Amino acid sequence: MSMRAPSTDLPISFEDVSVTAGAVTILDRISLNLAAGSPTVLIGPNGSGKTTFLRTAMGLIAPARGRITWGGQENTPPVRRAIVFQRPAMLRRSAAGNVRYALKAAKIPRAEHAARLAEVLALVGLEGFGERAARRMSGGEQQRLALARALARDPAVLFLDEPTASLDPAATKSIEDVVRAIASRGIKVVMSTHDLGEARRLAGDIVLLHRGRVIETAPATAFFISPRTEEARKFTAGELLI
Amino acid sequence: MHTRRTLIAIAAIGTLLLAAHPSLAQDKSIIVSSTTSTQDSGLFGHILPLFKSKTGIDVKVLSQGTGQALDTGRRGDADVVFVHAKSAEEKFLTEGFGVKRFPVMYNDFVLIGPKSDPAGIKGSKDVAAALKTIKDKGAPFISRGDKSGTHIAEINLWKIAGIDIAADKGPWYKEIGQGMGAALNTASASNAYVLTDRGTWLSFKNRGDLIVAVEGDKRLFNQYGVMLVNPAKHPTVKKELGQQFIDWLISPEGHKAIADYKINGEQLFYPNAQDPGA
Amino acid sequence: MPEDVSALHLILTGDPALLAIVRLSLIVSLSAVILAALIGVPFGALVALTRFPGREGVVVVLNALMGLPPVVVGLLVYLSLSRSGPLGSWGILFTPQAMVIAQTILVAPIIAALTRQTIEDLWAEYRDELTAMNVGPIVRVATLIWDARFSLVTTLLAGFGRAAAEVGAVIIVGGNIDGFTRTMTTAIALETSKGDLPLAIGLGMVLIAIVVAINALAWTARRAGERMAG
Repeated sequence: MSMRAPSTDLPISFEDVSVTAGAVTILDRISLNLAAGSPTVLIGPNGSGKTTFLRTAMGLIAPARGRITWGGQENTPPVRRAIVFQRPAMLRRSAAGNVRYALKAAKIPRAEHAARLAEVLALVGLEGFGERAARRMSGGEQQRLALARALARDPAVLFLDEPTASLDPAATKSIEDVVRAIASRGIKVVMSTHDLGEARRLAGDIVLLHRGRVIETAPATAFFISPRTEEARKFTAGELLI
Repeated sequence: MHTRRTLIAIAAIGTLLLAAHPSLAQDKSIIVSSTTSTQDSGLFGHILPLFKSKTGIDVKVLSQGTGQALDTGRRGDADVVFVHAKSAEEKFLTEGFGVKRFPVMYNDFVLIGPKSDPAGIKGSKDVAAALKTIKDKGAPFISRGDKSGTHIAEINLWKIAGIDIAADKGPWYKEIGQGMGAALNTASASNAYVLTDRGTWLSFKNRGDLIVAVEGDKRLFNQYGVMLVNPAKHPTVKKELGQQFIDWLISPEGHKAIADYKINGEQLFYPNAQDPGA
Repeated sequence: MPEDVSALHLILTGDPALLAIVRLSLIVSLSAVILAALIGVPFGALVALTRFPGREGVVVVLNALMGLPPVVVGLLVYLSLSRSGPLGSWGILFTPQAMVIAQTILVAPIIAALTRQTIEDLWAEYRDELTAMNVGPIVRVATLIWDARFSLVTTLLAGFGRAAAEVGAVIIVGGNIDGFTRTMTTAIALETSKGDLPLAIGLGMVLIAIVVAINALAWTARRAGERMAG
């Protein structure tokens, strides 16, 4: 992928960030730094705030307190950020149409569209799927198309919300391969999963969330071998975190 | 995507132009508000092509009840009114909406009833006596009830028979508030008596068991008059073209056209423009 | 009965007068649907995508207007376009244009109300993606309308069905003038009043056949389009 100027979106810093919905606190005073490098994987039980964290980091949700900076700046437009939601909506167009739409939305010059389209479709393993109706593709194919659509924006950082939830092992493997390929191109991946095996396979760093708080952040190897907190120990041992 | 939208826009504009086309093409035309009887009997279908071939004027006929036809003229939405209710026409003139009334022709009403003839009036020449019998026996009767020329004529005939129909009507008397055809359809479906003009009757196809019960009474004659809508009230009235149509209707040529119109060999309308009292 | 034979004959042999009636019906109703779409689709989308005080009321009124009585619309348009009315100077009462206006008023609320529902549902689905792609409001509306196009075709068909089937409005503002403003429905009303029930039924069959054919055509196009675009 032809990379543009070095990212100004990284690092992403959370400084004492809280997000609330009505009276409920979803993220509770989080301070965290997401720097360039290998993938950061968010783990934690359902309802721990993973999705909200990703959306907030993307800039889709405004914090109730604290501040977030992207490359040291607040309020930057999400030009070089992209997100793949857990259940991505497919536009009622062909697979290629979905990608072209993203290219247009990202204001990528029209002359580059054809090359980029071919490139991202190849990267996610959807060569030859261009003319297929997006909404008639399988769950795994749709997930890969959503990745291609996100990559079309030429992001410096890519947020993935449970990209393999509800996929079978074969589809999961192909998504994980794509994620590795993306990371190897220097794109910062920040993803959530509730699959510990996937976290082991993909993560450079682990962030354990529980009840809206960051319980532990650590390099993946350290996290799994010697968790520092009781919650991390229980979670990695497969016990219930309540 | 953009080209497709352009195409849709072009199609839309094209369609609208097509829709607008007929009126652009026909600027030499007048609107005549008339009654259902002249239209439904087929008279206009016979005489208007003759008028057009002579003058090139397109006559657009609104076929309405007499009351509605006069009202259309009152509003200035027609150039000429051609109806059959002398008292209503004279009122239209005194209100200043018409220029002058010209008698054109008459046809006659017939009293229609079921073959079984429950009132026993078949063959009578006295419409007043026949109506009185219908009322006395409570035989079913369908009235237009729509303030049309035929409805007004019917009310007058009840009056002649010495009956105040508004006060004396019973369940046997049904006002349907619709046109002549609907009244005939209703009578046909319910084996009732009904008053109609002969022209509509002759061209009416859904007769069922209905037959002519009473005809030939002078009091059943039905005079048609024509008036130009007053351009002083409505400047948009096409007075030259409208007057040309009126002049033609009362000319010998127009009279011949009217007299020539026949259904099954029967003449429907009798020109009488020269009759000063008509 | 020779009359019945001739009625059937007219239909089977494609009598020019009958064809003119069919053509006028189609032109008037299609023009009305296109105009109503140009008004109703953007309006429905606007109501779907904006929040303002009284919006609920607008939605309720819009839904209620789907059931506008054609006779009432006809009467209002008649009174407006009459020489004695506010728009009398246009001089278009008793013309096909007047019929198009009346039917546009009948159909626009149907298209607007159904569009609002369609766009609102689609927006619920697309909201996250379009926001994440940082799509501006105008492109957003265009995207939703374009992507809802197959549902909107059904909406337009509902509008067309309403327009093609109604008689109350066109007979009042058009006047049912022979060869000028006579449509299939006013012709059916006329033939019924003349007691020529076979011809009325025949015309009714033609009308139904045309409506079915147009729906079939649109359905086929929709299926084909969906296979391409999902």
